[in-house]
Amino acid sequence: MTLVAGTRVRVLDGASIGHVRTPWYVKGKTGVVAHVQGSFRNPETLAFGGDGQPVRPLYYVGFRRGDLFPGAEGPALDTVYMDLYEHWLEAV
Amino acid sequence: MSHDHDHDHDGHDHDHDDHAEPLASPVPAAALRARAIEQLLVEKGVLTRETVVRGIDWLVSRTPTNGARIVARAWVDPAYKARLLADAKAAAAELGIDAAPSAHIIALENTDDLHHLVVCTLCSCYPRALLGPPPAWYKSNEYRSRAVVEPRAVMAEFGLRVPDAREVRVVDSTADVRYLVIPRRPAGTDGWSEERLTALVSRDSLVGVVDPLEPDLVSAA
Repeated sequence: MTLVAGTRVRVLDGASIGHVRTPWYVKGKTGVVAHVQGSFRNPETLAFGGDGQPVRPLYYVGFRRGDLFPGAEGPALDTVYMDLYEHWLEAV
Repeated sequence: MSHDHDHDHDGHDHDHDDHAEPLASPVPAAALRARAIEQLLVEKGVLTRETVVRGIDWLVSRTPTNGARIVARAWVDPAYKARLLADAKAAAAELGIDAAPSAHIIALENTDDLHHLVVCTLCSCYPRALLGPPPAWYKSNEYRSRAVVEPRAVMAEFGLRVPDAREVRVVDSTADVRYLVIPRRPAGTDGWSEERLTALVSRDSLVGVVDPLEPDLVSAA
């Protein structure tokens, strides 16, 4: 599976055990893939003496800030973007 | 292994603030731990003290001036800016700035419609290979937690008020990419030389918490 730009994705709501690079505040939230950053070694195994293989596609994903933090200050057009590995995403 | 480290795997991009140096004041617990780990690694032959010292020297030899030179060139040369947006490390290399040991670096352009603000909520990821060690505030729990929730309030505390009509895009450096902001060129700088423009680009503007300095704050000399 490779997600293309424009795909709506939901971030999986899994546990952050070990060296997980998915922040808690986007788990279960829906965003949109802006572009593909490439493929990188998996930090969740790399950090514990593994080789990080197989490499995982990494996506630049955008969220509306109001969706992440309901009631937060600021205009509705504000966003939060971050890089998320494919195994934390599902297309919706 | 500490999780509060930068996520690069090149051996150069880690935080070296806590390394052993003669200190007059009490040593924080985290620094004591870092010293103990360093000593163990040396005793076990994993690395040498010379490696550690060289790593620190390499890191602090990178400074925000590198970022300022890149931004100033981008302001005066649209073709360079296009190459910078396409491949930041190659664009840095054009100016003799070697960011080769770094993770992937992406430049984010601020415009009249879009303002980027960079944070690393998980630790302290930062384009160290270009800019050297991050500011202390960048690593603070307060900045890391507040920047994503209330970025406009945080920027206002730095003195920057972004118009409501301009999107604030917080970029959380979660993984293998480091981000460098290209701030908007200040008004009133038409005809300025690249060198003069460089003086306007502060370290903090490369993270997006402030705009570049106003031209009247820089001497005409």
